[in-house]
Amino acid sequence: MKYRWRTIDIVIASIIAATFGVIFWAWNLVWSATEGAFAFFPPAQTLLYGVWLIPAVLAGLIIRKPGAALFTEAVAATISALLGAAWGATVIPQGLVQGLGAELAFALLLYRSWRLPAALLAGLLTGVSAAVFDFFVWNAAYALWSYRIPYALLTVASSTVIAGAGSWALVRALAPTGVLDRFGAGRERQLV
Amino acid sequence: MSDVVLRGFGWRHAGRRAWAVRDLDLTIARGERVLLLGPSGAGKSTLLAALAGLLPEDSGEAEGVVEVDGLDPGTARRRVGLLFQDPQTQLVMARSGDDVAFGLENRGVPVGEIWPRVAESLERVGFRYPLTRPTAALSGGEAQRLALAGVLALRPGLLLLDEPTANLDPSGGALVRDAIRRWHRPDRTLILVEHRVAEALPLVDRVVVLEPGGGVRADGPPGAVFAAHGDDLADRGVWVPGHPIAPRRAVSPPGDVLVRVRDVAVDHRLPPVAATVRSGEVLAVTGPNGAGKSTLALALGGLLAPTAGRVEFPGEPGPPHRWRAGALARRVGSVFQNPEHQFVTSRVADELAVAGTAPSTVDGLLERLRLSHLANANPYTLSGGEARRLSVATALATAPHLLVLDEPTFGQDRRTWIELADLLAGLRDEGRGVVAVTHDEAFVSVLADRVQALPSVRSRAVAGRLDG
Amino acid sequence: MVALEPVADPAAPLARRNPVAKLGAALLFALPLIATLDPLTPAVALAVELALLPLFGVRYRVLARRAWPLVLAAGGVVVTMVLFAADRSGTLLVALGPFDITTGVALTALALMLRIFAVALPGIIVFATTDPTDLADALVQNARAPARFAIGALAAVRLLPLLGQEWQMLTLARRARGIDAGRNPVAKLRLFASTAFGLLVGALRRGGRLAVAMDARGFDSGAPRTFARQQRFGPADAALLAGAAALSAATLSAGIATGLFTPIIG
Repeated sequence: MKYRWRTIDIVIASIIAATFGVIFWAWNLVWSATEGAFAFFPPAQTLLYGVWLIPAVLAGLIIRKPGAALFTEAVAATISALLGAAWGATVIPQGLVQGLGAELAFALLLYRSWRLPAALLAGLLTGVSAAVFDFFVWNAAYALWSYRIPYALLTVASSTVIAGAGSWALVRALAPTGVLDRFGAGRERQLV
Repeated sequence: MSDVVLRGFGWRHAGRRAWAVRDLDLTIARGERVLLLGPSGAGKSTLLAALAGLLPEDSGEAEGVVEVDGLDPGTARRRVGLLFQDPQTQLVMARSGDDVAFGLENRGVPVGEIWPRVAESLERVGFRYPLTRPTAALSGGEAQRLALAGVLALRPGLLLLDEPTANLDPSGGALVRDAIRRWHRPDRTLILVEHRVAEALPLVDRVVVLEPGGGVRADGPPGAVFAAHGDDLADRGVWVPGHPIAPRRAVSPPGDVLVRVRDVAVDHRLPPVAATVRSGEVLAVTGPNGAGKSTLALALGGLLAPTAGRVEFPGEPGPPHRWRAGALARRVGSVFQNPEHQFVTSRVADELAVAGTAPSTVDGLLERLRLSHLANANPYTLSGGEARRLSVATALATAPHLLVLDEPTFGQDRRTWIELADLLAGLRDEGRGVVAVTHDEAFVSVLADRVQALPSVRSRAVAGRLDG
Repeated sequence: MVALEPVADPAAPLARRNPVAKLGAALLFALPLIATLDPLTPAVALAVELALLPLFGVRYRVLARRAWPLVLAAGGVVVTMVLFAADRSGTLLVALGPFDITTGVALTALALMLRIFAVALPGIIVFATTDPTDLADALVQNARAPARFAIGALAAVRLLPLLGQEWQMLTLARRARGIDAGRNPVAKLRLFASTAFGLLVGALRRGGRLAVAMDARGFDSGAPRTFARQQRFGPADAALLAGAAALSAATLSAGIATGLFTPIIG
């Protein structure tokens, strides 16, 4: 029963995915000038790679149920495809791989810990899964030591800091607004 | 047998010290049509959620007894329908017909029966579009009628309505109330929460007034309840008929021109319009949905570039939409329809200090808008009235001469309404110019020194809001 | 604006196919292409994709508009190949300072660029021809996806245009508050974060209310759901999947038969 998803769990996980879909869309609007430079030098993109991995970790920390990270990242990927992302349907398997990393972290902790270390581990593992995917799928033709390895390490570091610590900070900022009141993450604040 | 029975009922949300409802005893017989009143915070919405079997057992604690048709509400859910305030948080599907079908699918209604019942429900609420009409293309009133059709398709014996017309413009509200009235039969029970009594009275034959903190304060036929408690209810924020609000007229004639709108148009959203606002006057901009009222407010506020014409602030360089934000905020204060759009910090006092406002001015504003006791609260936790006052305060923090408000009194209870009217009248009498886009006839009659009615244009529905 | 409407002719022979079949076909055809670094395989695949485009009712102009960001990514490939190519064998074409551009480098760069387009296009085509509601229905009825999850996700998808409008209002409201970033990238980032946070709070609150409203209409009643809209998976859909698999195999075989096939691992 504890692990059964309530309607609000499903809807909120989906809403997190949809909201980040819109945030990524807005990101492209706001940063279209710099985006070009980023695209032409892919290693620079890895610094912000963690931003794309926030939905998985954030949903895991809020929903606290098995599958939350995986489901949310899968929905987020599908939504970006629906919104006309240039990468098409390949974002779906990629999203699944990325969600799997965060999911694995929460599973390793038996879905019991939701503190900062858990968030960092989730950020780290989702970064690892993303890095492994890119290492083989997108970067195979590049030099190992001067490119593929630094790229992978930067991806993992960015994910740990931005997706891991960032999601944790986000939950701490969201809880006082009252929107998480129906979740464990929102109830750990003081009685009002 | 009674339809609804509450005995010593109480509910407390997780994380709260105070009970939302407590010690409530109430019996409602089948076929009754009840208006549920009470000041905000009296637990009206909680009570409706309890009757619909929707109180989240994992997020609060209950006491006492609630029964619907002698059953626990969780078991009786098939007999109960609940319509909420905001259509945009009730519609689930992208196409209108699919949305009405949603509840029927959930209940496992055989496929062959679904579409006839969808058609019947849409017919009953007067929905005039094809089934494939995108729900995002409906106006607020149309969307709420669609949401009502989705509830009625489930054929509830007990219909609960939580301020079903508070988010709608007057004509949209009238259409929804009309559909509700036509739904009622002697064997169907209706419980309505609504603080605009005049609009609710044709729908009900009994009034129950809840006491904040617990229990029932008054209960009986509308005439008797309002004769005995009308003044008290009006003081506590309920819009009771026969309690008009005295006009707040300007004490001196208007002064200099603050802004001139010269044939401003914004693509398909606003046909060309001319206007002038002077210091020391309140200008009400009215007009039907889709006339471009909100667009005009944005153009006046320097937030939108007109596609034709000019917005001129005498003595100021260039059009306002080109100014840096800081300069703009010192000249025009814009108050958005949704106060939360304007919040940028996690503390009420910080919201006012964010523009570099001096601490003494912040304290003065908090005092003036009765927010001092909430100085440390998170802005997102404020009630509707508090959030509205804070959003006005944020616009005042930079001391602009011109204030532009989009539906400032929209959905407010009578008490907050009067506070806002007094505040805006005071600002006008200090010599500021006030422009308010509004559907609210009371606002126009109490406060407006001048009215500019935008003509109706080809109806262009915008989802979910009173987008003028 | 955030837009979700399909931008293709819905009556086109392949656009009409079951969404699960279309999605499956796109993945079956596109995913194996990531396995190789030779230029021939993605070139053949691209030719196949562009030839089939009219059958999906998607116009070339629409496809070009959706795919244009890939041009940037392709440009990135060139830069990265010049700087970081793993293998600089082959004849020297030109030396850019310390970087030798050889035929090997040029061929691999070409392969990677073609691969980006070849892998992405099927998905773009499928999503341009698929309505989200139909996709959710098909996932539930034909792919046994859990209905509560599919419908819950669909409800969030419906909110996308609304959230897009919300973003614009939040942006305007910040300007009205006297907050802008000018050209300062740090201030810009902070403003973006503040707007994103506002969007998230509003969206989560909306989500909470939506969940309650869905339950009020029996979403979690536990009763077996019925389906008002029937999605059918017929022989033509199976044929689409089989066709995609066959074309995928043929494309890869072309690469292997010519001896150009270069696996990404090994």
